[in-house]
Parts: sequence; C-alpha cells; structure tokens
Amino acid sequence: MSEAKPLITTRNLSVHYPLRGSLFGPKPVVQAVENVSIDIIKGSFFGLVGESGSGKTTLGRALLRAAPITKGKVVYDDGEVRYDLPEIEGRELKDYRSRAQLIFQDPYAALSPRMTVRDIIAEPLEVMGLTKNRTETDERVREIAAKCRLNLEHLRRFPHAFSGGQRQRISIARALVSSPRFVVADESVAALDVSIQADVLNLLKSIQQEMGLTFLFISHDLSVVAHICDHVAVMYLGRLVETAPTRTLFSTPRHPYTRALLSAIPSLDPDDRGRAQKLEGEIPSPTNPPPGCKFQSRCPFAVDICRKQEPELEHAGDGHEVSCHRWKELMENEPLMAG
Amino acid sequence: MTRLLEVENLTLQFDTDEGRITAVDDVSFSLDAGKVLGLVGESGSGKSVTAKALMKLNAGNAIYGPKSKITLHLDGGPVDVMSLTTAAEMQVVRGGAISMIFQEPMASFAPAITIGDQMVEQLLIHTDMSAKQARELSIEMLNRVGISDASKRFRQYAFELSGGMRQRAMIAMALSTKPKLLIADEPTTALDVTIQAQVIDLMKDLVADFGMGIIFITHDLGVIAQTADHVAVMYLGRLVEQGPVREVIRTPAHPYTQGLLAALPHLDDLDAPLVPVPGDIPSPLERPSGCVFHTRCSKAIAGRCQREVPQFTRVNEGHKVACHLYTSEEVQA
Repeated sequence: MSEAKPLITTRNLSVHYPLRGSLFGPKPVVQAVENVSIDIIKGSFFGLVGESGSGKTTLGRALLRAAPITKGKVVYDDGEVRYDLPEIEGRELKDYRSRAQLIFQDPYAALSPRMTVRDIIAEPLEVMGLTKNRTETDERVREIAAKCRLNLEHLRRFPHAFSGGQRQRISIARALVSSPRFVVADESVAALDVSIQADVLNLLKSIQQEMGLTFLFISHDLSVVAHICDHVAVMYLGRLVETAPTRTLFSTPRHPYTRALLSAIPSLDPDDRGRAQKLEGEIPSPTNPPPGCKFQSRCPFAVDICRKQEPELEHAGDGHEVSCHRWKELMENEPLMAG
Repeated sequence: MTRLLEVENLTLQFDTDEGRITAVDDVSFSLDAGKVLGLVGESGSGKSVTAKALMKLNAGNAIYGPKSKITLHLDGGPVDVMSLTTAAEMQVVRGGAISMIFQEPMASFAPAITIGDQMVEQLLIHTDMSAKQARELSIEMLNRVGISDASKRFRQYAFELSGGMRQRAMIAMALSTKPKLLIADEPTTALDVTIQAQVIDLMKDLVADFGMGIIFITHDLGVIAQTADHVAVMYLGRLVEQGPVREVIRTPAHPYTQGLLAALPHLDDLDAPLVPVPGDIPSPLERPSGCVFHTRCSKAIAGRCQREVPQFTRVNEGHKVACHLYTSEEVQA
C-alpha cells in the first residue's frame, strides 16, 4: 500500500427494502444492511465474509450505487474526484460507473452467448462512450485482454467455446476495460474448480498491483479471503460484527461468530475431526431479526444484555473492531473458547 | 469387514450431437459396509456419472462398455447391476438398496407435494409398511436428523424449509428405506460453512448408527478429509489415485492430486503462494491420448505419458496410483 488513504469511507450505511405490509401503521422494512462503517484503503484488497443472507452482496451493490442507500454517508475519493455516493446523479453518477465495476460470480451466466468475446469486452467502452473510435476501442480491448491472458484468437470466438476459468478471465477483462479504480468481486471464484481458482486469484492479485486497483472481495470462503485480502470484515444479518487486518482476524478472532465460522472450515487434516464450537441453528430471517445482538439466538455465550441491547463496534487493537458485549471477558477466558 | 460394492472396469460413453464422449474410462473400486468412500474430482471428471451408473440412472444415450461390471452384495446374495433391465428389476437398487442425496435439495423435492407425502410415498413403494407406519417412521426420521417440530415440518412444502433443513429432510428421506449404500452427491456444496459442518456431523453419526456404506462425492478435499475412510481421485473419467484418506491427503502420489492440494489455500500458512494446476481441463471431445492428465502435468515424461495409458501401481498398503512416474511393482487394479 503506497498510501493509507481510504478510497471508500462509509459511516452508518444502511440499506432497507420495504416489505408488503398493512395499509396502516409503520411500513415494515428488511434491514439488509444496517449501520455499517468501513474504510476501504486505496490499493487494498478488502474482504467481506458472511453466510448467505448476511448482506454482503447488498453492501457491495450499495457501494456501486446499484442498491438503494437508505441512510448514512458513503464517500468515494480517488484523488481526482470526490463523490458523496448517496447524492450523485446524472453526469457524476455516469462518471462514477466508469470508476467502479463489478465482477460477477457465475462466468457462465454473465456472458452473452450471442456476442463475441471482443464485443463483450468492448461493450462497457461503447456504452459509456469512453473511446473516440473503433480503432481506439480495439486497442483498449487488446490491451486488457493481454493482461487477462486472452489472445487475439480468443477475441474472435463466442463464450461457449471457453472453459470456466477462461470465461472468468473474460469477465475480469470486461470489468477492467474502463480502467476502474474500484472493483467489487462478488464470489468471483466460487463457481470455479480448485485447480482453476488459484489461477484466477493470482491473476486478480497481480492485476490489482499492476493497475493500482482497490478491490472489495466478497466471499463465503474464508480460506480464499485469508490468502488474498489485506483487511477483512465479517457480516451477520446485515451488521458488521468484526473487522481487522487479515492476519489479526485469523490469529485472534474476537467475535464468537467469527470464531465459529473459522472452526467450521473443514480441516485438511483427517485426524483433526473435532466437533468443538459448531454453531447450532441457522441464520434467522432478516424480516424477523432477534432483538438485541443479532447473533444472540445462535451464540453459545449470550447473556441477558445480549438479548436486550444491540452492541456497538468497539476498538480491540490496531485496526481491529468488534461488536460484542462480551469480547473482553471471552478473551480473558481464552480456554473457554479454545476449540 | 463385509464387501458391499464392487465396480470393475466401468466404462461409460455418451452419444451426443458432437460425437461420442467418454465420461468414465475403465474405473474400478470397491466399498465395504460401514465405510465412506470419498470420490473427488473437478467438474467434468465423471464422478456423478459414475455414481449414477451404480443405479443405471444415466440418460438413454449412455453406452456401457462390455467389460463393465457392478456387483452389489446384499443379504439375499450378489446382484449384478449391469444385468438389470426392466424398471421392476431395477427397484432392487433404485431406492431399495441404494439411496441418493443430491446437491440442491430444492430441485429434488417436488414443489407442490408436502415433504411428508413424499417421504411416505417412497416407503409405500419400497417397503411393505402401512400408510400409518410409514408416517410414523417418516416423522421419527425427521426427528433423527435434528429437525425440530418434525410433525409440523412433515406437513410443509420444500419452499417453507431453509436450505440446511431441506438437506436434512432429504437425508431423512434417503435413509428411511434403510439403504445399504448411500450415494451423497455434493450434499454440502450449496450450504453455508456452518451448516455444512452440521450436516457432516449428522452424516458421521448416521454411518455409525446405520452401518451403511457411503459414496461421498465432492470437489472439496477438506470435506473429504473430514468424512472419508478411503479416497478415489478422478480426472477426465479416469481414476488416477486411490487409497486411505490419511495417505492420499498427506502423501499424495499422483501429480494431479498433488496439484489439487497445492492449489488450495491453507489457513495455517497464509504466506504460502497458491499454485494453480496449469492450463484448463480439456473438453471431453478432445480427450488427451495416453495419460489424460499429461497436458497439464509438469512432470510428464516426454514421449511416454502422451502415448501410454498408465496402469495402477502400488505405492503403499492399499494406496495405488496410475502414473508412469511409479512404474515398479505393477499390481492389478
């Protein structure tokens, strides 16, 4: 990281979706994302983890202005421009769209089967009018394709002729062709086979360093996140429960949910078939979240206060924040938590 | 230890518009009662097709090789699965001696029939229970797999259950006919990691209680390490390595197995670089000659691997590898 300045800063960001309710009384809403404050440092790989339904995709989309921002502040500042994301529209929004891009999960669904690879990659440039003529477009396409290890022959073909790994490289090329500064990669390697996944991860990392990009890397796979990200945020039911530099989070997780997530990863050691710390139950429905701490219904350490009051994010060391009433106490009773 | 299943020289091809595709090529393995065999491979490796072949569930354009032999050892004597032809004969294995659970439980339950009715229906077909007994057993099985409020869930539809609960209901349904062999095809892949851990624990308990054999199909070596006794690694329709789980995971012999393990992010060493297996999985229409892995193998022996198909060689007790790097002591596959 050349400079520790945030590219994206969110303060109390909330995304609510209205539910169909009665005509009278307050309109019920789903709190898909609630009060999330994060700093995504420029040039970093920021990981976002959590189970399905935790709101990680919605948060990613809100940062792209693709989900409605209900409350809170979101500032994008890349040094050239500074946008208050909830406010911008028109020309500014269009400009932001060329600076922030998304790489999808499923490389089979994301590419139009009727377009050649060249047209797929060129489409963002044409739609956003970023190039003056076809020659310039072709040049940009070839340049980014080469970075993603696609050759001229590949550009003439249609997506069906490609394997999963190659398709994901095409998706990446399309996302990067407009020279964005901020890229949201939503489960971008989840659909890939293990032997290919490592290749795509290495490619993302090298492109990020080469082009000085900032990534929001959304994944349910903690071991992938551990390898590629500099900083990780853990979400549960729309709330941020813990955030820390990757190493800190994986060596000293503080939130009981983070600990449970880590212990649920199947160990590669056949003799380590432990059963400690398995979480009971499932993530509650966001339409009917439990009162107090959202994790209390599954937390083995929940006490009275957890059922009544929602915890605030507290500092737990260098860049480490945790939202739990009992994290200090649990830290002192380390053996209690040991797997 | 009683032998439950023997698969010998299973070869399976499909006639497609683009030509004949070899999906499974000369695969042999066996399974004992009460054991879990992990079948590992990437998409297109032929693991699901192999599992379906055990019940002859593959589509009509499937062509079984003449030497293919699948023997299921049941209480009433061995059953030669390849010789079964009519649907009535097939019932001995389909839903009878063999049950299967799939990756996506939402797609496996009929959406407009309650969970309970589906569970009862299969019991009425495969057992001589009365409707009342079938109902009681179904509710008991739902309880057994950890579904709370089982009699209420019994009356619900698949969409009313969460993902983890649906997979539990599916397991309850698959086990209620007391199969001798359970085929679990990526049963935890669609689940969150915390729910996956619960389902893995449940399956371990059930093997201990019911004593059936399980074929656990997955691409996740971590899940294999946690569940299987033996592992068979598949690549492009061929078995490349098989052996006890500890040996295969700790001292993988085949360059492909080694590559898979090196490509996995390890949580205990965050600095270790991820080493991808070079290249892409070839299309089944362009199956490489000789060793199917030679196009991606960094240790391929020039002139040999692309011409000769490697036979299984013993590495250690029960641990076999099909690779030209190990040519001494050839054993029968």
